[in-house]
Amino acid sequence: MLLTVENLKVKYGNIQALQGISFNVDKGEIVTLIGANGAGKTTTLHSICRLPPPEAPKVVEGDIKFKGESILSTEPHTLVSVHNIALVPEGRHIFGNLTVKENLTLATYARKDTEGIKRQLKHVFELFPRLKERENQRSESLSGGEQQMLAVGRALMTGCDFLLLDEPSMGLSPLLKYELFRTLKRLNQEGMTILLIEQNASLALHLAHRGYVLDTGEMAAEGTSEELINDPEVKRAYLGG
Amino acid sequence: MESLVQNILNALQWGSFYALIALGYTLVYGVLTLINFAHGDVFMVGAYIAFFVSTFLLTTLGLPGWGVLILAIPLTMFFTSLVGVTLERVAYRPLRRKGAHRLYVVITALMAGLILEHANLAILGASRKAFPSLIEEQVYNIGGVVFTNLKLGVIFTAAAVFVLLNFIVTKTKIGMAMRAISYDKFAVPLMGIPIDQIIVFTFILGSSMAGLAGLLFAMSYPVLEPYMGALIGWKAFIAAVVGGIGDIRGAFIGGFLLGAVEIMVVAVFPSTYRDLIAFSVLLIILAVRPTGLFGVARHTKI
Repeated sequence: MLLTVENLKVKYGNIQALQGISFNVDKGEIVTLIGANGAGKTTTLHSICRLPPPEAPKVVEGDIKFKGESILSTEPHTLVSVHNIALVPEGRHIFGNLTVKENLTLATYARKDTEGIKRQLKHVFELFPRLKERENQRSESLSGGEQQMLAVGRALMTGCDFLLLDEPSMGLSPLLKYELFRTLKRLNQEGMTILLIEQNASLALHLAHRGYVLDTGEMAAEGTSEELINDPEVKRAYLGG
Repeated sequence: MESLVQNILNALQWGSFYALIALGYTLVYGVLTLINFAHGDVFMVGAYIAFFVSTFLLTTLGLPGWGVLILAIPLTMFFTSLVGVTLERVAYRPLRRKGAHRLYVVITALMAGLILEHANLAILGASRKAFPSLIEEQVYNIGGVVFTNLKLGVIFTAAAVFVLLNFIVTKTKIGMAMRAISYDKFAVPLMGIPIDQIIVFTFILGSSMAGLAGLLFAMSYPVLEPYMGALIGWKAFIAAVVGGIGDIRGAFIGGFLLGAVEIMVVAVFPSTYRDLIAFSVLLIILAVRPTGLFGVARHTKI
């Protein structure tokens, strides 16, 4: 297993956000975590990414293991630079005062492999030709869809082989959503492991190999995407009938 | 005409001091949104470090003046940056770790400044120190305009620092990271960037420039006392705000503007009017443009 989350209990202040959830992601998989607003999806991702305080959720019990080793005391930047795990955060969080190119360059901060960086940049521009066109623009002038491409492209530039995405389809037009998900599929075929968090359960389950359903901090269901799509409970609650 | 050129030269010299100090305020603010009120006193400590380094090299090692200067510049910058880094480590970082509100960090900065002043007073006493003369002062007179090699050196140094910092901030990855933090602190570690490393680098840049300013100031006005950083620090801070705090171009423009206003006021009015009129002008600029000349109002400020 690449990532194993064991009986994770997390608190935000006095609020118990996760009540002991377990799940795992294997190398080469696309796994999705679906659930309603406030189910604990983002908390789960932030716990994995070890965000610095005060944003960091407090893990009170359980463990998160990456390649068999606990990463609970890892610093957030080491997770990227040593373990090659990258997060595309909810709301994109691109650096609006930097150009598109600078955003992409900054993500290579911890990398020393000049050749690899060059190849990666070519790859990102091939995946998202729009970014190439807007290379020298301040990124706050990009449209919402382009900003999401930049957020994904930037995560790829870190040289990650495990990509976490938090609500990447939020605020995108249906067309752009499909385009983005096609790109994710392609990345997975090229070897990228993906953990996807989505409110749009139908879209997510059609992309993923396996899925987990979170409900108010507890794991309500799990299975292959097919099993979940055909599960009457899941259908009723998350897939609109 | 001569007196105008003369005044411009004087304004540029004072502007250089303000600009070099204002940089430290603006860099730290850009990265931490913290007004480091101890920075004026870091400048004072820089001047004292320059004094001890120069005296040691001059008398104990018996080096010639120019040699002392060449060594004193990097040594002063190095030791002053240690002071800045220590401040960050013992005073600001623990509060940041606990997620303390910015107000408390600013109060801590004020106290740290007072500690530097009074530690100096306690250790070295109230008597003033006379800075040794390192280079022979050459006075040039071109068409009635009188200037010294030292004055030109100060202005040249400030210009060189501006070019260097501008390069660092716009062209290097660490400079990009500094700008990125000022826009969105949340996403910086997600890029594999250790935030603390960027913060320490920022303090090194800011305080080494304050050390450089301290050395040049002590050479130009060779009397040192523990409170010398207080007023000049406040003025440099205001210069940084007027220029648009967080922007290094703003620090220079603000610094030179303040220098110019002060010199022009003295050229026309009695010198006791200097600070009154200078600060009034700055107040008017801020009333018209509260974000400063280069500042941009942002709604996503973190």
